[in-house]
Amino acid sequence: MNLVLHVWRQKNNSEKGKMVRYEAQDINPHMSFLEMLDVVNERLIQKGEDPVAFDHDCREGICGACSLTINGRPHGPERGTTVCQLHMRHFKDGEEIYIEPWRAKAFPVIKDLVVARQAFDRIIQSGGFVSVKTGSAQDANTILIGKDTADKAMDAAACIGCGACVAACPNASAMLFVAAKVSHLALMPQGQVEKQKRVLNMVRTMDNENFGNCTNHYECEAACPKEISVDFIAQMNREYLHASINEKR
Amino acid sequence: MAVTGLLLLGFVIAHLLGNLCVFGGPDLLNSYAYHLEGLGPLLWAARLGLLILVLLHITTAVQLVLENRKARPVPYQRYKPVETTYAARTMAASGVIVLAFIVYHLLHFTFRVTHPDISHGLDPHGHRDVYRMVVLSFGDPRVAGGYVFAMALLCLHLSHGFKSLFQSMGWNSIRLEPKLAGISRLLALLIFIGYSSIPLAVLLGFVKPAGALS
Ligand code: HEM
Ligand code: FES
Repeated sequence: MNLVLHVWRQKNNSEKGKMVRYEAQDINPHMSFLEMLDVVNERLIQKGEDPVAFDHDCREGICGACSLTINGRPHGPERGTTVCQLHMRHFKDGEEIYIEPWRAKAFPVIKDLVVARQAFDRIIQSGGFVSVKTGSAQDANTILIGKDTADKAMDAAACIGCGACVAACPNASAMLFVAAKVSHLALMPQGQVEKQKRVLNMVRTMDNENFGNCTNHYECEAACPKEISVDFIAQMNREYLHASINEKR
Repeated sequence: MAVTGLLLLGFVIAHLLGNLCVFGGPDLLNSYAYHLEGLGPLLWAARLGLLILVLLHITTAVQLVLENRKARPVPYQRYKPVETTYAARTMAASGVIVLAFIVYHLLHFTFRVTHPDISHGLDPHGHRDVYRMVVLSFGDPRVAGGYVFAMALLCLHLSHGFKSLFQSMGWNSIRLEPKLAGISRLLALLIFIGYSSIPLAVLLGFVKPAGALS
């Protein structure tokens, strides 16, 4: 198949970028989107041009590195799919495809389609963990956890931290990411000990990282490659309210 | 945002129930207004409270909108939202129009400066003739139309605002979520129908001036 790509090209963080048009010819529809870009890049290199920089790692939908906005939707048109798992057969022959980086002040562009997502790391560092003694871990089965709770925590833990929620949100808010992290730990007995401190710290770090505020458009859930529910946002709002009242007492 | 929004919604519902007295005829509406004014200091406290609520709601709204604009300095060339609603995306615009309406509304019925000729009369019981003021003003299609338009925008604002506040306060849940959007729209629609029924009923001649009643 043949495609027309409009790709965001930007040398570095300080220079201005622009959309550049490329023709991608003879693309195999069984390729993934990233493989298609690999082909385009090989041809650019052969012509002596600078290849398009984009983030990727596992290419199997589990690491959260890939991060392209395709035709205005993070990770492209398929629900519950990372862009590395998106195949070219979902596009039409001759289609024009717009490829842009995640757009958010908190995620500055490093080069072309690659953005810095350290803001997420700083949020995790501020509370996305449980404090336990290192050394030999006790047997996992000694702590009983109900199936419903375990399932729910697992749903939240499915977050791969890709940032599609921020990219999709009209306000570039990171609420779904933070809510998933807060909820998955708060649901577990090991995480409950620090649950109030965690939600306060993580929400405050998020606020200081230039993300926008949630106004409940629910674009995040629709864009999330792991289909994490906005229910976790309601849960986090509840916990944040409790924790901030308890903090004042 | 959610707390002030909810309290304002409480006012909107209470105010609607009071206004519907117009369908009970001049005596009911005028005596409702008379008793409301009779509350004296309590009424002024409520008005002050409302003013503070509106101001707080607007300040947080402005803050919210400014922060959210700043959060995405470089816009997408293509941006295709799939889940959000028209109401959600136009909250600021519908809010500003509702605010403009509130200002006009206060000048109209509370301070009575827009229609001085029909706004200062007394009814046969010696009460302020609110009924006459309302019915004669809404006889003007421009005024009635303006009220209906403003209520349509309030309806839009609340159709997102109501469900949104449940999510913001953490009252939403997996079980409630699928119903909440529907409940929110229904409530907004009921408020719209309730409020708009008054200017429309006057305009269509179902509610007539007191002189034309007997
Ligand atoms: C009778 C008057 C009003 C009522 C009952 C009302 C009610 C509400 C409610 C319930 C919310 C949702 C809160 C949340 O999700 O946490 C809201 C949000 C909002 N309101 Fe109002 N409001 C009123 C007037 C106004 C005015 C006059 C303005 C603007 C100047 C305004 C601007 C906004 C904005 C910008 C939001 C946030 C929007 C968003 O979620 O994207 N509102 N309002
Ligand atoms: S490259 Fe790892 S999730 Fe896409």
